[in-house]
Amino acid sequence: MIRCKTSKEIGGMGHSLKRKEDARFLAGKGNYVDDIKLPGMLYMDIVRSPYAYAKIKNIDASEALKIPGVVAVVTGKDLEKYNLHWMPTLMSDTQMVLPTDTVMYQAQEVAAVIATDRYTARDGKEAVRVDYEPMKPIIDPYKSLDADAPVLRTDKEGKTDNHIWHWEAGDKEKTDKLFAEAEVVVKEQMHIPRIHVSSIETCGCVADYHKVDNHLTMYMTTQAPHAIRTVIALVAGHVGLTEEKVRVISPDIGGGFGGKVPVYPGYVIAIAVSFLTGKPVKWIEDRSENLQADSFARDYHITAEMAGTKDGKILGTRFKILADHGYTDASANPSKFPTGLFSIGTGSYDYDTSFMEADAVYTNKPPGGVAYRCSFRVTEAVHAIERITDRFALEIGKDPAQLRMENFIKKEDFPWKSPTGWEYDSGDYHAGLKLAMDTIGYDELRKEQAEKRAKGELMGIGISTFTEIVGAGPSKDFDILGIKMFDSAEIRVHPTGKAIARFGTKSQGQGHETTYAQIIAEELGIPAENIQVEEGDTDTAPYGLGTYASRSTPTAGAAAAVAARKLRDKARKIAAYLLEVSEDDLEWEPGKFSVKGAPEKSKTIQEIVFAAYTNHPQGMEAGFEATHYYDPPNLTFPSGAYICVVDIDNETAEIKVRRFVAIDDCGNIINPMIVQGQVHGGLTQGLAPAMYEELIYDEEGNILNGTFMDYLVPTAVESPSWETGHTVTPSPHHPIGAKGVGESPTVGAPPAIANAIVDALSHLGVTHMEIPITPFKVWKVLKEKGVVE
Amino acid sequence: MIPANFQYTRAGSVDEAIGMLKQHGDAAKLLAGGHSLIPAMKLRLNQPGVLIDIGSISELRYIRKEGNHIAIGGGATHDDIANSDAFGGGLEMYPQAAGLIGDTQVRNKGTIGGSLAHADPAADWPAVVIASNATIVVKGPGGERQIAATDFFTGFYETALAEDEILTQIRVPLPAARTKSAYAKFMQPASRFAIVGCAAMITSSGGTCSNASVAMTGVGDAAYKASKVENALKGKSLDSGTIQSAAAHAADGAMVMSDHFASEEYRTHLASVFAGRAISAAV
Repeated sequence: MIRCKTSKEIGGMGHSLKRKEDARFLAGKGNYVDDIKLPGMLYMDIVRSPYAYAKIKNIDASEALKIPGVVAVVTGKDLEKYNLHWMPTLMSDTQMVLPTDTVMYQAQEVAAVIATDRYTARDGKEAVRVDYEPMKPIIDPYKSLDADAPVLRTDKEGKTDNHIWHWEAGDKEKTDKLFAEAEVVVKEQMHIPRIHVSSIETCGCVADYHKVDNHLTMYMTTQAPHAIRTVIALVAGHVGLTEEKVRVISPDIGGGFGGKVPVYPGYVIAIAVSFLTGKPVKWIEDRSENLQADSFARDYHITAEMAGTKDGKILGTRFKILADHGYTDASANPSKFPTGLFSIGTGSYDYDTSFMEADAVYTNKPPGGVAYRCSFRVTEAVHAIERITDRFALEIGKDPAQLRMENFIKKEDFPWKSPTGWEYDSGDYHAGLKLAMDTIGYDELRKEQAEKRAKGELMGIGISTFTEIVGAGPSKDFDILGIKMFDSAEIRVHPTGKAIARFGTKSQGQGHETTYAQIIAEELGIPAENIQVEEGDTDTAPYGLGTYASRSTPTAGAAAAVAARKLRDKARKIAAYLLEVSEDDLEWEPGKFSVKGAPEKSKTIQEIVFAAYTNHPQGMEAGFEATHYYDPPNLTFPSGAYICVVDIDNETAEIKVRRFVAIDDCGNIINPMIVQGQVHGGLTQGLAPAMYEELIYDEEGNILNGTFMDYLVPTAVESPSWETGHTVTPSPHHPIGAKGVGESPTVGAPPAIANAIVDALSHLGVTHMEIPITPFKVWKVLKEKGVVE
Repeated sequence: MIPANFQYTRAGSVDEAIGMLKQHGDAAKLLAGGHSLIPAMKLRLNQPGVLIDIGSISELRYIRKEGNHIAIGGGATHDDIANSDAFGGGLEMYPQAAGLIGDTQVRNKGTIGGSLAHADPAADWPAVVIASNATIVVKGPGGERQIAATDFFTGFYETALAEDEILTQIRVPLPAARTKSAYAKFMQPASRFAIVGCAAMITSSGGTCSNASVAMTGVGDAAYKASKVENALKGKSLDSGTIQSAAAHAADGAMVMSDHFASEEYRTHLASVFAGRAISAAV
């Protein structure tokens, strides 16, 4: 049960307030980048490579330039004159903006066509003739490491192989010794497939450079406007665009999911063209460009091992990763670890020995590695630990729920130090799993499964009990280009007691306009409906690092609470002055201060704020404003217990998710309805890689499912009826005891579904299946095992 | 997602549309519901110079009983058919198949005539019209022609329709007494086209099959009549053993397709399973 400290009128934490932003979205009045139209605006379209790896012999733009309305065709050689043909990635790798001689992946940007309208730009693109000399690409990341593999990144001086980086965590020697001596060792090879965020709004921008005042306004679909401003200043400072001359505006965003953190070449070209022409330039990707060229997510090949005792004690884990980053490491990962937070992969279990290592390689596939609704490789880690835990249970013949219950870290053992160095803040894993099991009727389901098996029917039950790690992050471990991962809030309360609050984060559907208002309402007693929340304009908002990795509540949400508390301290001083008592004689309840023992003597927050502008005590600064930059002392560690039931048709191999129970623990809840909405969306995005999504390439590097005709992004049509619930274990270090929640379901769902499908087939000798688990894959198993002819 | 430049004209009648086809020749393409053509144009896979919109020709949009057949206008939408009560007595597979096409938007705009003329090898209607022994009525400058459904589909996206002709009607003979039909399909999850689809129409008497008409789609490069399946049913008692062994011939003689959704072997297996399911449902 969630208890609210504030009245419904105030609408603080725990109230299921309807989202303030929804009125404009539901009325079709959102303001997205593509809605922005400026006088004299030019339009850009991009010529892309049909080959995965080829030399560019010639680019002939003459036919395109004959089309009335085509203004220019920009190539890498044009940008080279201004030293703008290369850019850094957020991982300090390098990426071509436009190529001067070689293309490295299919759909790579080759040239940009600038025209007076969008249709003409598209026709111009069709008319540009590019002469390629195709080369044999490297698509398989394992082959990329072969001694005789050709070096792909010949642009990097002295590079002699395709290896990008190596990373380790944990204790190798201790782990190897444990595995050599353990009673039971299980091992599986697993691939977390290359997928795409596929936000409904694609990426785009309007670059608006004014020559006279040397000022750039960049309207763009970015999850991190301030960081982008700094990046632009770092990249384009040499041509005069220093940081005070750059304003980034991120208007309403139609879904980000990590895909709108990176800087794509299109943005840079648009800025360059606006800079050179002095005219605004709009670039909006189409659906296929977004799917085929923008940063992918996942694509980790993992060898996962677990060691334990015959009676089911988990003793250690070992993970070896091969990361396929495509052409360049374009991850959007602000941690100091190249694998992000993969080291959370020791899971929810109490053991002290683990070793993890990873190597990353280049291939001729699109670049990326974005954290798709995921705190930087946590999805990959959770899949590995939850799958291998089930594998261990199968090996020793123990029920996977029982095995988990016996190995969970106990509630009283928090804060708990993990074998890879994290300090888990809080959790109650036993309560979560018990609630999930009771909700779904676990014991009855196991009985039903036994009966069905006897009749030859296929039914499986899968569990995932994950620990998440969100809220990047403490400045010791996290930065973007050196800038620490704090976030900020600025609250201005107007004389009449209404407020505007601005943040360095940027909502893309998370409901910040509502939840931040609720946090401030909780702390100050000003009704949430009277608090206007603004984000996304670097000229007005305080500096922040943006919204991704479930970090907004842990960082900016905390900043809002702390800033509001600063104002409450000021309010106490003013109230004491107005009521002519000492501050210690005052009592706070949401919305007013009253005199202890004389509750009729009180001042409301609105009266106090008015006094701050009209009758403030001598010596006190007038006004009622506060700002806070919150650098979190630790990350927050949400958890969840998910159980999934599947039925498999033993003739066609079709898989049906019959039930899915998701019990989440995200600490104190700000808005239960928004949390539930987040969980529903996240579960559907977790169903996606488990059963449907994978970007598939042939040996020549051609994408085989580059449109939504072949690449299914599941919707309500494919989803089961999600059953959600929660336990509440507050974060002890967070000002309002909250943890992030946006990505828990995306992270937790895939192994629950995979475990259920493997469980349905385990009596046939199946120990693992690679996601996405499609009917085709299941059929191959059924055929191999003789279930179908 | 912007098509190449094209001219747009709207025809008010079938004859006007035929005149426009003649006038514009090769450059012209008919636009009905547009749910296959427009995506292909947006990807610039198809770049017609002139679009002749026949989507608002009311004389093409009907479903009615005419003597001993049901006449479906080429402009009837999938949704019209899904919600029509004209298909009792053995033609149940029409509304059934219509309801399995695409999604609501596709069913509201897409037409049966457009789908048949486009002849996607994985579309649902080709199997249904073949199994129901329908006749495709087409009209061109020289007048009307009738083509048996079995002769209409000539290959991968190819039909017997001439370039200056319009598909005006699907004429479905009323089945014999004691006939039932069914359509069963295994969907490609993204496009919801058939990986395999089977339309089956069975006439039986006292548990014995007196006539069987079975057609497959999605399996090969065009929909086809599964004669071996039919022959294995005719005159036999319709028990599950008979149905299963007949259905095993569903892909016989077809050039079975293979893609990442289903290999040739899996598709062949699914063809048998879904043929069995359609036949069982039609008994």
